[in-house]
Amino acid sequence: MARKAVASKAKTQTNVPQLTPEQELEAYREMLLIRRFEEKAGQMYGMGLIGGFCHLYIGQEAVVTGVTMASEKGKDAQITGYRDHGHMLVMGLDPKGVMAELTGRQGGLSGGKGGSMHMFSNEHRFYGGNGIVGAQVSLGNGLAFAAKYRGDGTVALAYFGDGAANQGQVYESFNMAKLWKLPVVFIIENNKYAMGTSTERSSATTDFSKRGASFDIPGEQVDGMDVRMVYDAAQRAIEYARSGKGPYILEMLTYRYRGHSMSDPAKYRSKDEVTKYRQERDPIEQVKARLLESGAETEESLKVIESEIRAIVTQAAEFATNDAEPDPAELWTDITISA
Amino acid sequence: MPQILMPALSPTMEEGTLSKWLVKVGDTVSPGDVLAEIETDKATMEVEAVDSGVVKELMIEEGTEGVKVNTPIALVLGEGEQAGEAAPKVAEQAATSEPAAETAAATVPAEAKAPQAADAPKFVAQDDPDLPEGVEMVEMTVRQALNEAMAEELRRDKDVFVIGEEVAEYQGAYKITQNLLQEFGPERIVDTPITEHGFAGLAVGAAFAGLKPIVEFMTWNFAMQAIDQIINSAAKQLYMSGGQVTAPMVFRGPNGVASRVGAQHSQDYSAWYSHVPGLTVIAPYSAADAKGLLKAAIRSPNPVIFLENEILYGSTGLVPKMDDFLLPIGKARIARKGADVTIVSFSMGMRYASQATEKLVAAGVDVELIDLRTLRPLDSDTVIESVKKTGRMVTVEEGWPQGGIGAELSARVMEAAFDYLDAPVMRVTGKDVPMPYAANLEKLALPHVDDVIAAVNAVTYRS
Repeated sequence: MARKAVASKAKTQTNVPQLTPEQELEAYREMLLIRRFEEKAGQMYGMGLIGGFCHLYIGQEAVVTGVTMASEKGKDAQITGYRDHGHMLVMGLDPKGVMAELTGRQGGLSGGKGGSMHMFSNEHRFYGGNGIVGAQVSLGNGLAFAAKYRGDGTVALAYFGDGAANQGQVYESFNMAKLWKLPVVFIIENNKYAMGTSTERSSATTDFSKRGASFDIPGEQVDGMDVRMVYDAAQRAIEYARSGKGPYILEMLTYRYRGHSMSDPAKYRSKDEVTKYRQERDPIEQVKARLLESGAETEESLKVIESEIRAIVTQAAEFATNDAEPDPAELWTDITISA
Repeated sequence: MPQILMPALSPTMEEGTLSKWLVKVGDTVSPGDVLAEIETDKATMEVEAVDSGVVKELMIEEGTEGVKVNTPIALVLGEGEQAGEAAPKVAEQAATSEPAAETAAATVPAEAKAPQAADAPKFVAQDDPDLPEGVEMVEMTVRQALNEAMAEELRRDKDVFVIGEEVAEYQGAYKITQNLLQEFGPERIVDTPITEHGFAGLAVGAAFAGLKPIVEFMTWNFAMQAIDQIINSAAKQLYMSGGQVTAPMVFRGPNGVASRVGAQHSQDYSAWYSHVPGLTVIAPYSAADAKGLLKAAIRSPNPVIFLENEILYGSTGLVPKMDDFLLPIGKARIARKGADVTIVSFSMGMRYASQATEKLVAAGVDVELIDLRTLRPLDSDTVIESVKKTGRMVTVEEGWPQGGIGAELSARVMEAAFDYLDAPVMRVTGKDVPMPYAANLEKLALPHVDDVIAAVNAVTYRS
């Protein structure tokens, strides 16, 4: 039923940027991997295998997927806040390593010392995984500063939420980014709620794409539930930044189906609101409907992909469940590097 | 995974209420479908299906309170699955390797249960390098020494750059960056807006990407705006990333009390930063140490807090004229050898301590004077060895007493050399007040040479 609604909606939209069938399939795989991975993470949290905070990306998959597809994967740097599992999966980090970090095991990407909010990869140019709301915006500016300093032609993609958008350092960063024409794209993942506070209750102006106006930074509001729109806008923004014109703001209108973190009472929004998004706007169902409608894929071929992804997630979960905890001696390593 | 277990909403949850079933026996469910609602006193949560299947059994009635976490609550079978398949494994919570601590008969039993961590690795400082024979010693100010250190490292490594307020066109608020813009250009000597939080974070990000920023804070007082980036982003990065991402950088600028600038511009942050694992903290006194340690700091792969002092910028000292004069980070310097009492200080405190030492020596007290130079890692060995010899210690610093460097030193001495002490350790510190503006009050708030002498007299029982 849900699929039907989405399909009919897609049909009525006109002038929508199109992806090739290969791109649609890539987007489908990436988003489905995030969805299944996060569902598993939620389940493992419920079983007590994952501790502390665990912020799931379910519902927002199209944002990081579309942006990453429009970027030079492995060259352009990406950085985000604490809702970071999806970013890492799309950037190609090992799902086993991500899941094992969630369970605090030695095979985790940070050796079990970082946790859900702190994972990094120099190789894939992913710089976290940052737990302090807004800090990643200044840090992302620095990644762009380094790109400009070296003249290496890369772009920094700094993701933050509607909540972080009210932090002071965001505007300090906007100012310097524009002043020095840093190659950075600021991606505001507006999922409507900063923890339990809606944008209407937290923000004097809720059109975040205009937050760069006083610094003359161009901004766009994008349907962050439609990976085609995300990809299209990201291409424009990244090209702008890469060409030396300076920063660009993309406000991605998105939605998280789950609570802010696992222990979220979710009393601040109605069930109907969540259901409406899931049934009518789901990013994965949208792509699936198009793939089927165009005849590029069949129910059977998508089932094969589904089971491949399920296998990846199951393996990740098994690894993360059975891997050993870090050696106690690891308590004392990686504090400083001995010169 | 046929059995659905009662989930935990938080790591501390032990049980909850199964408030509502949203499926019934015989329903077909897909991943993401909500099966049930769970409630605790803090939160509600939906239990979702992870796999497709058919609901075979609801094992707990809705409305049941006190359902323990991990209790099977439903049976959902996928295609071809049998009810007898193993339930999902619950976390093995037992720690992996905890050899039982050997407990002496007198030990309180509770102590034996504490998890045993390996001991912290011991930091061993390197000695200062021997200077080449006949090396020329040049008299220069601390300001010149710092300027030379940066210029030399900027020449040596293209990844090094300087960023801060008024560092370029203005030539430095305190002229530490004089002429650097002329030699290295605006790409490497970067004037920022007044935006400490933003540019400190930017510099940390640039360091993540492999550059080696030198961040100048006009004074350390303003770095309070940036302290989150210094501690949460720079200091913890290596650890949180399991050793993958580093922040090789220096944060530097004048620290401590200047003169008549009031409470917000007169504060010593030595103890603050020395508290933080992941940081290296250096606070030099002499011109030679300023040069050799700043060069070492810029080459360090770690984030370094380099605490200078405005009043010392103009003081002069002899600096060896060498192509590459580097000093080891983490090594205290014994400024004067002696046998009667150990005075330990650093940075501006060394001025009071040195002047007191001169007077005390003239009065027949054989003082051993130690300049810590580095506050983290702290050269405990040099201090402990000295106290074992003298049996007495006085610490001198401008900062506040509570949780100060002197407090830390006295704890370490008590732990490692208690039996050698012939008198309690005494601290000379700034007074426990915000810095007043009035000349007479400011003077009262600062430590004095006479305070140091009085403390030495007390611990040597001469007063």
